[in-house]
Amino acid sequence: MFAESTEAAGWFLENAWLIPLIPAVAFFLILGFGKRMPRGGSEIGIASMLASLVIAAGTAYQWVQRVDAPVAEGEHALARGSFGFARTFSEEAAEAGHEVAPVISTLDWFDIGRLHVSIGSHIDGLAVTLLLLVAFISTLVQIYSTEYVRGDRRYTHFFASITLFSAGMLTMVLAPNMLQFILGWEIMGLCSFLLIGHWWEETANSKAALKAFFTVRVGDMGLLVGTAALFALFGTMEIGEINEQAANFAGDNKGMLLFAAIALFIACIGKSGQFPLHTWLPDAMAGPTPVSSLLHSSTMVVAGVFLVARLYPVFHVGLDINVAGQSFNLIAVIGGITVLIAAGLAFVQDDIKKVLAYSTVSQLGYMMLGLGVGAWTGAVFHIFTHAFFKCALFLCAGSIAHTGSHHSFDMKKDMGGLRKKMPVTFVVWIVSTMALMGVPFFSGFFSKDEIIDSAKHNHYTVFYFVAIIGAAMTAAYMTRATYLTFFGKARGGAAHFVHGHDDAHDTHDAHADAHGHDAHGHDDHHAPAHHSAPLPFAKTDSSWQITVPLIILGVLAIFSGYLNAPALGIHWFEHMTESSIGAGSAMSVPPPPEFSWAAAAPGLLLVLAGFVVSLLISKAVFGEKKTALQGLTQRNSLLGAGHKFLVNKYYLDALYENVIVKAVAYPIARAAYWTNQHVLDGIVNAVGIGGKRTGELVYKYVDQGLVDGAVNGSGATARGAGGALQPVQSGKVNLYGALLFGAAAVGALVLVLVNS
Amino acid sequence: MIQEQQWLLSLGTFLPLVGVLVMLFIPKKDEVAAKGVALVTAIATLAVGIYTLVQFDYDQSEKLQFFTTNKWITPIKATYTVGLDGISLPLYILSMVITVLVMVYSWNHVPEPGNTKAFFILMLVLQTGMAGTFVAQDLILFFVFFEVVLLPMYFMIGVWGGENRQYASLKFFLYTMFGSALMLVSFIALFVVTKNAPGVNPDDANFSFQWFDEHGRDIARDTAIWIFAGMFIGFAVKVPMFPFHTWLPDAHTQAPTQGSVILAAILLKLGTYGFVRIAIPFLPQAAVKWAPIIGVLAVIGIIYGALGCLAQTDMKRLIAFSSVAHMGFVMLGISTLTDLGISAALFGMVAHGLITGMLFFVAGSVKERYHTLEIKRLSGMLLQMPKMGWILGFCAMASLGLPGLAGFWGEFPAILASWDPLSGEGLPYGGLSVGLYQGLTIVAALGTVLAAGYLLWLYQRTAFGEVSAEFAGTGHDAHGHDSHGHDAHGDDHSDIHDVNTFEWIAWTPLLIAIVVFGVVPSLMFDVMDPAVSLITDRFGGK
Repeated sequence: MFAESTEAAGWFLENAWLIPLIPAVAFFLILGFGKRMPRGGSEIGIASMLASLVIAAGTAYQWVQRVDAPVAEGEHALARGSFGFARTFSEEAAEAGHEVAPVISTLDWFDIGRLHVSIGSHIDGLAVTLLLLVAFISTLVQIYSTEYVRGDRRYTHFFASITLFSAGMLTMVLAPNMLQFILGWEIMGLCSFLLIGHWWEETANSKAALKAFFTVRVGDMGLLVGTAALFALFGTMEIGEINEQAANFAGDNKGMLLFAAIALFIACIGKSGQFPLHTWLPDAMAGPTPVSSLLHSSTMVVAGVFLVARLYPVFHVGLDINVAGQSFNLIAVIGGITVLIAAGLAFVQDDIKKVLAYSTVSQLGYMMLGLGVGAWTGAVFHIFTHAFFKCALFLCAGSIAHTGSHHSFDMKKDMGGLRKKMPVTFVVWIVSTMALMGVPFFSGFFSKDEIIDSAKHNHYTVFYFVAIIGAAMTAAYMTRATYLTFFGKARGGAAHFVHGHDDAHDTHDAHADAHGHDAHGHDDHHAPAHHSAPLPFAKTDSSWQITVPLIILGVLAIFSGYLNAPALGIHWFEHMTESSIGAGSAMSVPPPPEFSWAAAAPGLLLVLAGFVVSLLISKAVFGEKKTALQGLTQRNSLLGAGHKFLVNKYYLDALYENVIVKAVAYPIARAAYWTNQHVLDGIVNAVGIGGKRTGELVYKYVDQGLVDGAVNGSGATARGAGGALQPVQSGKVNLYGALLFGAAAVGALVLVLVNS
Repeated sequence: MIQEQQWLLSLGTFLPLVGVLVMLFIPKKDEVAAKGVALVTAIATLAVGIYTLVQFDYDQSEKLQFFTTNKWITPIKATYTVGLDGISLPLYILSMVITVLVMVYSWNHVPEPGNTKAFFILMLVLQTGMAGTFVAQDLILFFVFFEVVLLPMYFMIGVWGGENRQYASLKFFLYTMFGSALMLVSFIALFVVTKNAPGVNPDDANFSFQWFDEHGRDIARDTAIWIFAGMFIGFAVKVPMFPFHTWLPDAHTQAPTQGSVILAAILLKLGTYGFVRIAIPFLPQAAVKWAPIIGVLAVIGIIYGALGCLAQTDMKRLIAFSSVAHMGFVMLGISTLTDLGISAALFGMVAHGLITGMLFFVAGSVKERYHTLEIKRLSGMLLQMPKMGWILGFCAMASLGLPGLAGFWGEFPAILASWDPLSGEGLPYGGLSVGLYQGLTIVAALGTVLAAGYLLWLYQRTAFGEVSAEFAGTGHDAHGHDSHGHDAHGDDHSDIHDVNTFEWIAWTPLLIAIVVFGVVPSLMFDVMDPAVSLITDRFGGK
């Protein structure tokens, strides 16, 4: 019955809680000692992320071993390990296929009545995937940041926040229960706020930070209420138990499960930038580029998708996903809308980071769509591959701004023709773009195609079309962005760089004023001594701290897809993670469809078409030759209106900021406050004044008139003198007090009489 | 009941009065001596409190400890009964800690018009009243302490307050007094009714909590509902609950910093404590009927308080309104009549005391430096006073309920509890409407969004951004704002400096406590839970 815990699972699997703990400790160390360290605390951050990465890698390795060689069946081991950890291993493994029990290590946190809360780790395929991903990308981004934010006035704070972010995300990823999940979720929100507003001297940045936190918080309402509903329904906070009960849900309270699913999904809408709460994410680009690449593209924003994947039985059963005859559901609809509207907006952006931001929103829509149609593996795998290529794209954008365009992100004004001078950046960008477009044999193809294929196969036909149209749009807007950035004539900041004037800092100020989020806080950034050495084969590109992470991510943008390449018959990732959605349950998630090139062909053709059309239009519109297409939106009123509609982001921001927020913040809040001051307080004051008047009348007529009436004439004089002598108001306290106590005494008397 | 060290609670409660006695003989001019004696007394009191903390038997935290009962006013059957259990222990200690910290802060922050000696005497008297309220185990004794608190606070606001202090102090006093009067009526009625109940020997009747705990539940429901009504108003004014809250913003805004801190940290809790300790356990049959009303008013308070915050232009008034919202969460938790809800409420009381107390401290220090709290005039505090700015940010995050900080554990469990309030079959006093409470939960959750809105909005406008021209050129301002020119403005605001030593001493314990209780909430939950179960058990629920 009691087994030695280390024999049961493996050191890394049981001690995975160290993965978030190390960066959490590092956060405090950076805060405390960072400024005194030779490298401003960045070394602590990077060291902690490397340590986490090593443990995460060990955990992944042991997890793979565990899946491939399941431990003895039917064994329940409960052992007390070191540090008082109670470990439970439910090894109800392997009735059908690869169902491997998660490894759960927990430490009791507290109990209140029937609420039992623990902290610890819940390790399964899904958790391992994200742990590895987050630790890996955090490490690369921190290395990149040492160069990118070098000389920043809040360098140490930057590393503290970004390390805390990783701790928060890792805490959430391995959360065994909803409370720990919420803890990690909210810490990420805090760090997002701090990092978007990193250069808070500028109002635009602090407003973006506020907007991000607030919008996500609107969704978080759903997280709180949804968790409360699950707790009421299942009586537990443990994710494993919730999943198990939801998967086998047979109660008559199905409505409550549906409610919980919807509430939780609202939180996912906020966090993962889904329509209609996606508006914060593009604004969040006000943060430094490493932040955009880490938080707002590859890791934090997938938290909502992760929540749906984590509690998939709740959503799958609650929303009747994959039930025969269903062709729409909330998750698929929201995901589908998000795919299209965000892709549409990516066309009209001049800011390269905004293109990528809308692209991220659109890709998050794919993930949601995938979960909505039952393509769990595809969606989770898309989290995985998207993280590498989107992070790479953002870091490319940062590299361009850092080296090539004088800290501007404006593609039209300050970029163009950069491919020769920045070869590493260019190649990585192209590779990542192809992965994003879903070009065959790049990573994005394998993950995205499985989502598209499942939509068709599982009879969500509308979403199949949404997905392939979205793919075509993706190809088109990325072609436009690529053309504007790397091809054509070098403009503005890029022109100085490409034509060898990159030391001409005299023009910098004008650029910095005109645009560029990064302009601020980089005051002492330009001293040449600060730039480290570039790689020997790309001397004009950014320095090695920037290009090395780029190369690594670029490689992964191709090869990460081969972990699960149905086109090549590889289903390894699926095999490793499929147990995460509940073992041996009554829930039926359909297996991914068999891959066939014929089924993939329509989507690929549309991607090709999107690429070709966009290339032609880009050349015509942005190229050097004069063509009829230039300025078309100014001449054609219909196109112009469409363009304006897109530029204004479908007027959603206007709706939120001008209508909803202004209504709550101004008329409603003011009306409430007016009520407070004039109605409620009015009553209080009226009672006070009424009491005073009554007192005066009683005094005047009863006391002075009747009782004291015998003392003729002197009353008025005395009253006047008395009033003048007393402090204006404090003297009346006695009077009021006496009156109130008198009333109380009468009341008491009445009650006593009534009751006896 | 554990009747050991019976002297301990009386010592802890009345020790401050000894200090007052000594201070009476110190000449008014000798301010340092007066401050010194007061601070030493407060620290000694806190030492007694810590000794209590050490001696407390945590395995029996549901029992009254250091219990003692004596004859007091025999003709009216009032007894001197004091005791401490898991519910009162955290609040009892909190009051002592806050008093010491407020005194440290006051060391060089005595507000206008001075008179240090009187100011410190009032704080000591206040401490006796607060501690006494939490240890009293007799209704008359409780009432006396409850009222003792009023007077020092009245003078604190009325003498050392802001421009509109007279109005605010009078309103505070009268409003609370009005509530107390009705409360006293209810206490007396409760006594009379239980005394005359059939099968009870009238000679046994007295005002001790134990008596009411045993006999209150036998009162006919209709009578109990009326008696509860009086207590409800008395406590609801003190909490304050919507719509009895209008004294609070005025009192908070006009009070000196020290008054605001004590008011927020301790005085508001007297009301919620009264609900948990007196109204609900003594009259469970009425509590079940009143709970939905309390719940609805609590949730209105959450939204209403938040909206009030959004309408404010003054930082201190904004914090004051946020108290209305936060106490709404506390009352929502209480109104669920479940173990989870009441535990959350008790936690929320302490957490709100720490966090809002800190916010008022910061507001006071900001006012002292800038001579204004108008939000639109303040900007770039992080540049001029980085430490102060970060502390404000920390408190704002704690106040909006960030997990890992104390505020979260008052809020989230309350939401959990209100989704699933007292309900089920065969409950002795009936259950609550689950549908109503689930609706309330959703609205309350909206309150957390608004809280994020007003706090971050406050923070963004005051701490972020560049220093406003009005205050530029002074303070920390380390980041090369040379262009603003120290010469031009240097003379006006030379007092804008970062957190000073006294502030650090006063604030550090609170900041640490916010983190510690946020990370290890079991420190408090474990102490409270058994005592709370004892109350909720009578409802037969979860």
